[in-house]
Amino acid sequence: MSEELLKVTNLVKNFELRVNNGARRKKRIVQAVTNVSFSVGKGQTLGLVGESGSGKTTVGRCILRLIEPTSGSVEFDGQDLGSLKFEELRALRRKMQIVFQDPFASLDPKMTIGSSISEPLIVQNVPGDHSDKVIELLELVGLSADHAQRFPHEFSGGQRQRIGVARALALNPALIVLDEPVSALDVSIQAGVINLFEDLQSRLGMSYIFIAHDLSVVRHIADRVAVMYLGKIVEIGEQQAVYEHPTHPYTKALLSAVPLPDPKTERSRHRIMLEGDVPSPVNPPSGCRFRTRCWKAQDVCAQEEPMLTIRPSGQMSACHFPES
Amino acid sequence: MAFRRFVSHRAAVVSCAIIALLTLFVILAPFTARYGVNQSVQGPPNSFLNPRANAWLGTDDIGRDLYSRLIYGVRVSLLIGLASAIISVTLGALVGAVAGFRGGKFDDIMMRVTDLFLAFPFLVTLLVVRNVLGALPWLRPITGDMSSVRFIIVLFGLFGWMGVARIVRGQVLSLKEREFVEAARAVGASRRYIIARHLLPNSVGPIMVALTFSVVGAIIGESTLAFFGYGPQAGDGATSLGILVGAAKGAVQTGYWWLAVFPCLMLIVIALSINFIGDALRDATDPRLDRGV
Amino acid sequence: MAEKVLEIRDLHVTFDTPSGPLEAVRGVDLDVSSGELLGVVGESGSGKSVTFLATMGLLPARARVTGSVILAGEQLIGASPKQLRSVRGRLLSMIFQDPLSALNPVHRIGDQISEMLRSHQNLSASDAEKRAIELLDIVGIPQPSDRARQYPHEFSGGMRQRVVIAIAIANNPKVLIADEPTTALDVTVQAQILEVIERVQERFGTAVVLITHDLGVIARVADRVNVMYAGRNVEQGTIDSLFDHPSHPYTRGLLASLPRPGKQRLKPITGFPPNMLNPPTGCAFHTRCEFAADICQGELPSLVSFGDLETACVRARDLPKSESFA
Repeated sequence: MSEELLKVTNLVKNFELRVNNGARRKKRIVQAVTNVSFSVGKGQTLGLVGESGSGKTTVGRCILRLIEPTSGSVEFDGQDLGSLKFEELRALRRKMQIVFQDPFASLDPKMTIGSSISEPLIVQNVPGDHSDKVIELLELVGLSADHAQRFPHEFSGGQRQRIGVARALALNPALIVLDEPVSALDVSIQAGVINLFEDLQSRLGMSYIFIAHDLSVVRHIADRVAVMYLGKIVEIGEQQAVYEHPTHPYTKALLSAVPLPDPKTERSRHRIMLEGDVPSPVNPPSGCRFRTRCWKAQDVCAQEEPMLTIRPSGQMSACHFPES
Repeated sequence: MAFRRFVSHRAAVVSCAIIALLTLFVILAPFTARYGVNQSVQGPPNSFLNPRANAWLGTDDIGRDLYSRLIYGVRVSLLIGLASAIISVTLGALVGAVAGFRGGKFDDIMMRVTDLFLAFPFLVTLLVVRNVLGALPWLRPITGDMSSVRFIIVLFGLFGWMGVARIVRGQVLSLKEREFVEAARAVGASRRYIIARHLLPNSVGPIMVALTFSVVGAIIGESTLAFFGYGPQAGDGATSLGILVGAAKGAVQTGYWWLAVFPCLMLIVIALSINFIGDALRDATDPRLDRGV
Repeated sequence: MAEKVLEIRDLHVTFDTPSGPLEAVRGVDLDVSSGELLGVVGESGSGKSVTFLATMGLLPARARVTGSVILAGEQLIGASPKQLRSVRGRLLSMIFQDPLSALNPVHRIGDQISEMLRSHQNLSASDAEKRAIELLDIVGIPQPSDRARQYPHEFSGGMRQRVVIAIAIANNPKVLIADEPTTALDVTVQAQILEVIERVQERFGTAVVLITHDLGVIARVADRVNVMYAGRNVEQGTIDSLFDHPSHPYTRGLLASLPRPGKQRLKPITGFPPNMLNPPTGCAFHTRCEFAADICQGELPSLVSFGDLETACVRARDLPKSESFA
């Protein structure tokens, strides 16, 4: 039973959109994340999947306090992040880090990669000469010491992503948020970077929150999975339970939509096709937010919002008429 | 990479050579000039002589060699251009960076102040401010006398920062959402650190371009002021390019063409050259071309 | 043997870059048969997009294109702009990854479809309008007559891509080229768009070339597959054959690197994507290939028959039997 490293409770993030509608200025609220709760154990990987508008990226940013949540609590190692003062939060930042999606934008083009990797150490006032640590980190991610003096544009996408990982590891964090870390990479390169994540985890024991829309990758690396739709978690549980016995209609539709590299299976699959597009998070549907695209929707779905309930296979899902 | 792109602009490379040559000439003034700035060419009659062996570009109304005066004049103008550009760019970059980064109300206020400064017609404002500043005795130690070079430098510095502020603000606004800035925030970097370490270095391109255009603006501005008689006028005959250009007013009518042609030509060459350099710099530092193959 | 609608032979495309000439396509032969869905798979530097941009004549003037592209009997390489204009939209259409930039934001959707119809067919305005509404219906847009009067920004990403497809098939082209049409879309929307493409194919018998890096998409909709690497074809075959017994090490490496259910360690392809300014000699994949031998650095290998596949691996016969990914 691994201890809880991160505990998120009723996280809410609303964004304000100022819309100029001629003379009237309407303030519209984007409900990006609504009442999201989950926990991550030490050394565990939680996969956060969803499509656009699901709020998964916002959740990652809120955990790291790169965005201030509207309400709710994020507890890291027992400490409530919201109650910390600037300096205390800064100290805590050593333990949580992030790797971004875009390997081109995540490194300052004017800084050598050695400087980029040692930046966390400098900002956190870690004493001493950092060049040894930089070499250690470069080798840890499969690059070499003589790369330290080069600039980002001299590297390929996959290498830049590894540099981003090296930077994230500089402070020995206990938790790393991986925000779509392989989506922008060529398929043949993705595998190498994913293996790197797994190797680092087994060596260093940190926890991951793996945010992605690629369900196959998440299935491979995650211990537990949370499926998000329009700002809410609709299903959460052990990876095997969620993938093999999905109970929420959206999870089922999502899994059905993912094309698998296997022609015979693809031909014989029963596909669930969802109608229409993801509704806007500005005005989410009442009750269950998925009801507008759900083939099982009934009146109660519009009137009463379903709560996360435990299901036979062990996971939890929020649905009045769960799949079996 | 940026260097290579710069060098491919032939006009800019030629301009660099011209400006470099000019600067060298001007720095070595006592050796390159043939006479002192206030020195008359020997022997009367010496006024309004056309170009000849002992006065390559002719002489002015009291017999001073135009060639030498041009060298000393360009020196003063280049000094004014560079110094005021440095002041205005520094001021503008700071305002722009802070406004762009803090955003919100702070940004709104700073930008309205910028707009205010920009709204005034340049020349009129300059003249009014000149007279106002000149009339305040407690400012004199900083700005110097109304007709001094230092005064002009301060004037242009104080009123030339707005364009740079807008450019830098725009750059900062687009940069601050970039992921490498988020990464710095994620490790707990302070606002000041992010501006100094990430935002400003990545804005060097636009800032350099703004610098070159400020220099040109100041030099031409100084000429304009001098043309109307408000240029720097030290009593000892020291001159600036602007004053020399201003003296061309009378020369056109009276037929002493060298007094008009050479100073104006020099002004055009300097302004064009710096403009070409600025254009090439802008193309060379365009970040969109940095992705590589 | 189905009729061939598109025949590409020995296509070469070279770009002049500040760092020297870059040959993005280095001799590609490709056939598309009537009514089939050909998947073209490749990663960065494979030249898959450039091949078809060259086919459409959409490359900038500084690109040098040589070779032969025959569409329904007409040679497209070197054709005059007038000829190309008459072919594009009528016999050959292309859709791209971003539907928003393909649509004109200030024109109504219906008008944009009508414009495509009327530029190649002799239709009156009202007939074109009617046909536009029909096309919107075929691609699955609800309330087509109302939505035809709307502007692109009023449509969501998936809907826009459907509109783009409608425009592309308006004149019943023989070949529709789709360059990563679903990469920018959510996975549930992607499924819808793939279904639209299949539906259009069934109804009109259009041949479709689907360019993608996603092997899952290929497995779902393709009849035949063409694998490209470093500007050349490396393997070709039917979808079942290719997944069951891939012959080229790159194809094998690609299939082996994909995550599958059951937690085995992923097998990446070592090394990096090729630098097209200076690609490796001989078989460009040899620098990353676990089976490389001296012979691989020699001549540029071409596709040869190998069982029911075509492969460009000169050592195909010597390789151990591949695992099946089917």
